[in-house]
Amino acid sequence: MARKEATLHRLDRALVWDGFKALLPISLFVTIFGIAFGLAATQAGLGDGTIMLMSTLVFAGASQFAALELWEPQIPLFTMMVTVFAINARHLLMGATLYPWLEPLPPAKRYGIMLVASDANWAMATQAFTRGRPGLGLMLGGGIALWCFWVLGTWLGLNVGGAISDPASLGLDMVMGCFLLAMVVGGEKNLRMLLIWAVAAGASLLAFYYLPDNSHVVVGAIAGGLAGLTWGKRDHEH
Amino acid sequence: MSIEATGLGTVIIILAMALVTLATRWGGVFVMSFVPIGYRVRRFIHAMSGSVLVALLAPLAVSGDNGARLALLTTAVIMLTLKKPLPAIAGGILVAALFRQLWPALSA
Repeated sequence: MARKEATLHRLDRALVWDGFKALLPISLFVTIFGIAFGLAATQAGLGDGTIMLMSTLVFAGASQFAALELWEPQIPLFTMMVTVFAINARHLLMGATLYPWLEPLPPAKRYGIMLVASDANWAMATQAFTRGRPGLGLMLGGGIALWCFWVLGTWLGLNVGGAISDPASLGLDMVMGCFLLAMVVGGEKNLRMLLIWAVAAGASLLAFYYLPDNSHVVVGAIAGGLAGLTWGKRDHEH
Repeated sequence: MSIEATGLGTVIIILAMALVTLATRWGGVFVMSFVPIGYRVRRFIHAMSGSVLVALLAPLAVSGDNGARLALLTTAVIMLTLKKPLPAIAGGILVAALFRQLWPALSA
């Protein structure tokens, strides 16, 4: 058992290449999301270079879509950072759950792998570990695949985006909303989550109407987080 | 503090976004190498990462046109039945487009 566990953190070129190939089917969808992001970002008034820079450096779809919502002539820096943090906070959990297998690696490899941490490759890596197979190749190779196709998709989106004159009449202004909603609905669903979401939505709407512009995202996120904290405690401690 | 969305300003915003995202990718591993992330913190982060999306969407649904509302409804329904994001998103967009083309007067 101990010997088997010890080999699970293996990471060599072949495993990375296998991981790359394993994530290729999902990368098709990532490309399509990338196209949608490129289109939405063009609509929001971002320049081509800006959009490519964002997809290359940030590489986190939901937070990039959300950033478009805050993209005005004057961008509130703090609100932007808190929003991006809140959406991407799930990466913290990914790092924490992978830690047992990352720990034996030297820091450069450990943090190098986490550079491309994303939902799909993390999910596949976790699945591999629970089946007793090495998962870090999936994490790194798969992450590289996702990154390549996210950037490629964004680039494609920029180059088809110019041909569309009235995006709203084609429903394209709803790409972001529908994408984020699909992520919410696709996540964990139970009475506890529904109540947390209700708290988040209520707080967000109150902030939207009564507090300064753009505060609703942060207010809703923190309200939902606190609801989850107070409500999670009960079934754990009793 | 607000930053102008031109030239250097956009680069600063994107670098800030990239650094925050990197901090989330590295933070979990970094913190775990000192202290394990506790149950309560995990609960908070888990609830917050879903809530932030809901917080973004709620005003969109309330202040959007009927096309937008129908689009969100369609996405939710397809996602609940098929559990596949791509048809759900495509369906939502399609419904918004059709509704706005066919009943422009009802959209607003």
